[in-house]
Amino acid sequence: MNGPVNGTVSRVVDVLVVGAGPAGLAAAARLAARGAGRVLVLDREQQPGGVPRHCEHRGFGPPGRRWTGPEYAARAAEAAVGAGAELRTGATVLGWAGPHTLDTTGPEGPERITARAVVLATGARERSRSARLVPGTRPAGVLTTGELQQAVYLYGRPVGRRAVIVGAEPVAYAALDALRRAGARPLAMVTGLPRSQAPLARAQRARLLGGVPLLTGAQVTELLGRPRLTGIRLRRGDGRSTVLACDTVVFTGDFTPENELARRGGITLDAGTRGPAVDAAFRTAQPGVFAVGSVLHAAESARVAAHEGALAARSVLRHLTGPAGWPDADAVTVRTELPLRWSVPNRLTPGAPVAGTFLLRTHRFLTRPTLRVTQDGRTLHRERHHRTAVPGRPVPLAGVWIPRVDPDGGPVWVGVG
Amino acid sequence: MTVTTTGPLPNAPYDVAVIGAGVVGTAVARELARHRALRIALVEAAHDVGEGTSKANTAILHTGFDAVPGSLESRLMADGSHRLARYAAETGIPVERVGALLVAWNEEQRAALPELAAKAGRNGRHDTRLLTPGELYTREPHLAPGALGALEVPGESIVCPWSTTLAYATQAVLAGTDLHLGCRVTGIRERAGHHELRCARGVLRARYLVNAAGLAADTVDGMLGHHDFTVTPRRGQLIVFDTLAGDLVRHILLPVPTALGKGVLVAPTVYGNVLLGPTAEDLDDKRATESTADGLAALRAKGRGILPALLDEEVTAVYAGLRAATGHEDYRIRAHPAQRSVTVGGIRSTGLTASMGIAAHVTGLLADTGLVLGEPRDLPPLRMPPLGRRAVRPCRQAALVAADPEYGTVVCHCELVSRAEIRDALAAPLPPHSVAGLRRRTRAGAGRCQGAYCGAAVTDLFERSDAGERV
Ligand SMILES: Cc1cc2nc3c(=O)[nH]c(=O)nc-3n(C[C@H](O)[C@H](O)[C@H](O)COP(=O)(O)OP(=O)(O)OC[C@H]3O[C@@H](n4cnc5c(N)ncnc54)[C@H](O)[C@@H]3O)c2cc1C
Ligand SMILES: Cc1cc2nc3c(=O)[nH]c(=O)nc-3n(C[C@H](O)[C@H](O)[C@H](O)COP(=O)(O)OP(=O)(O)OC[C@H]3O[C@@H](n4cnc5c(N)ncnc54)[C@H](O)[C@@H]3O)c2cc1C
Repeated sequence: MNGPVNGTVSRVVDVLVVGAGPAGLAAAARLAARGAGRVLVLDREQQPGGVPRHCEHRGFGPPGRRWTGPEYAARAAEAAVGAGAELRTGATVLGWAGPHTLDTTGPEGPERITARAVVLATGARERSRSARLVPGTRPAGVLTTGELQQAVYLYGRPVGRRAVIVGAEPVAYAALDALRRAGARPLAMVTGLPRSQAPLARAQRARLLGGVPLLTGAQVTELLGRPRLTGIRLRRGDGRSTVLACDTVVFTGDFTPENELARRGGITLDAGTRGPAVDAAFRTAQPGVFAVGSVLHAAESARVAAHEGALAARSVLRHLTGPAGWPDADAVTVRTELPLRWSVPNRLTPGAPVAGTFLLRTHRFLTRPTLRVTQDGRTLHRERHHRTAVPGRPVPLAGVWIPRVDPDGGPVWVGVG
Repeated sequence: MTVTTTGPLPNAPYDVAVIGAGVVGTAVARELARHRALRIALVEAAHDVGEGTSKANTAILHTGFDAVPGSLESRLMADGSHRLARYAAETGIPVERVGALLVAWNEEQRAALPELAAKAGRNGRHDTRLLTPGELYTREPHLAPGALGALEVPGESIVCPWSTTLAYATQAVLAGTDLHLGCRVTGIRERAGHHELRCARGVLRARYLVNAAGLAADTVDGMLGHHDFTVTPRRGQLIVFDTLAGDLVRHILLPVPTALGKGVLVAPTVYGNVLLGPTAEDLDDKRATESTADGLAALRAKGRGILPALLDEEVTAVYAGLRAATGHEDYRIRAHPAQRSVTVGGIRSTGLTASMGIAAHVTGLLADTGLVLGEPRDLPPLRMPPLGRRAVRPCRQAALVAADPEYGTVVCHCELVSRAEIRDALAAPLPPHSVAGLRRRTRAGAGRCQGAYCGAAVTDLFERSDAGERV
């Protein structure tokens, strides 16, 4: 029973931004600065900033700066508030009571907030061991990077003594740092892929200087031990099975968008990203509802998320001040062929700005791939890449072909070769 | 009101000691606690109640429609399910009468439905009904195509198994039962009209004994010199899907039973998830509660055949429980009058349903054996936290949050668990002994993120409280 409950307070604002991470804060700052009216940003955590709140490594900020996550988070929040946005933390958005009306709660009690435009910036999370269907016991000592970082950096809690990291995306190296900080010994990194997905320098530093071997082509097939983890069973590329003794395992990467609000609002999701489907103006299929950041494409850098927030703000302003109207729900969709996983944006609507770039993801490493864009069998664009496409990292695709799309045609397909 | 987890055990003898604080042992203790004159001990090896099979089942409050008519199980299920439905309504244990549909996927199964309806009638269930495919698909639009019909069993319900065990135990404790946790019984001997229980924490004396040790009921019986049955664990693995899958199914979807057991079902849970399972694997190891790649693959294949869209949804949790099979169809409940003891064995796959019926039956057997019960009284009322999807979560209750803003401070975002609910559980008469125990009491960490967002905060609250700090 999730309807209104007696005593709920009602409020009206111009823009409601859900999520005060890099994307939501950047959108709010820009909107407030450009005179969008009352801009309210809500975040369910006690502190603003999103993921960077619990990233202590110096990986944030504009080019040339090396801020820690918390430093970055504080500046982003200050910028939004300084520009005139209202920021409330400890405020959870629960669900929809109308197309632009959301129910919230917090220590001040339930509220019902109606806005002229809604921006979803709810971020992404790493998938749990269960979601990855890793069999075995259900011991203590099984974490994701997000939980590990919070335990170490926000609560100063010990996490274990001997740890294995699953995954080799850049975020896995952040897990490595957090484990070291907590005094746990990282024994190995394990990936099903043939090599690390992190920049070479980072991967080499961990392996050579840190002495943490990277086990490639290896699957975690079982967790052992109760009540605490005692080891994990691995199947190596050659089919052999081995047990690695450890008391902690961190499942990293494998991000999935935090899409509950979008789904509960009946907003069309993209089949590839599982986040809201959007056009180049960050418009979802639901009039007046926008989406930005990791909820669209888990997960880019904070800089990309913030840049999108600023771009989305422009689009929200156009919506608030310009002529009424919203592109058709049955816009041309952008789909991907294996080994590509998804594209953002993934809807093409008339009147949307020509996207500078599309962000793509691949399932496997692709050495200097040629990307091909087609519609109804017609080739719209070919693009040769000079870098290797890495799973879990962005693969850009130029948007120059958009004018060639037939608005009444079928889906646009992006493939390789 | 006493719950002990460490230290020596009281010297004074008890009237009754119940061994095992699963759903059955706690129900028995609660029933006995209605008799004010009795001094009762509930003795449990684990550090919390319900840590055995009672925490890992399919959470269905059965009607007993397909039990063997005339069996003890059939009788105690019928009695127990009435009692538990009433008790759940009184105490706020989440329960929903969603009804079950036995779906026929081929001619043979469809032909078996009338006989199942007749059997339900012999078990006192006269309200079953045959559904045409049209009616079936109206009820369950997401069902895989090809079903030929179904038998509807309206009374089948879903229930919160953790709240049930916890409510029984809490009420027993509030009524004066001593609960001794971390207290495995390793030997029993007769001395001067008392049973002397050798426990991990010392010796405990009692005039009467109830063996409700679940998977270990045969071992405990052996301590009393009985070798009536052997428990063989039969594992059931289950997959829990995210609440966002909750709209896909409205009823408990049962397969038409075969000689091999009840088979794999798809059912909503009272929290709004969807359950897929269980498997049925006979094993030797009574601790083998791990899931396996084969088991999960088999469940997913079955699930795809029942509710294809379910497989696209996010999995929240995977778990496995062990049924206490004895190679015998019926319950093994037996009084040993000369020994002043009752054995409650073989409560294989229906113990949650029958728990209150079993408790009443066992209390009767103890009285027959010579235990003087005295007049029963009503137990002090108990109210369990509103964990179910049909209840209004505290963070949504304006008056409650106004009175105590901590009810509006949401810690676990997926399940909307407030800091106040966690605080309350940590300060309850029967507090959790682990983060998992806290999860079963509050649902903190039980959602799709499995702690990725709140795990550190919840663990911090638990650890601080465990260290004696008030949180
Ligand atoms: C471990 C790790 C390390 C990283 N390291 C770097 C790095 O070094 N450099 C870099 O540039 N990037 C890094 N990133 C990526 C960067 O953190 C993300 O790109 C960025 O945080 C995405 O911003 P966002 O605003 O889209 O989402 P998030 O940061 O995830 O923020 C989403 C916010 O929405 C809130 N929210 C969600 N649902 C609701 C609701 N219903 N009601 C209210 N609030 C809600 C959440 O509480 C959260 O605060 C890292 C990411 C991770 C996980
Ligand atoms: C997969 C599965 C699905 C099921 N589905 C359902 C369902 O939908 N509906 C239903 O009604 N039932 C169901 N059941 C059955 C139900 O879960 C069991 O019948 C019930 O939990 C048994 O409770 P119990 O108290 O007898 O056993 P347990 O919960 O196992 O409790 C026994 C307790 O005794 C303790 N103990 C053992 N030895 C000692 C000792 N020496 N000293 C002290 N303590 C000891 C153990 O630690 C344990 O806590 C299912 C079972 C399984 C496995």
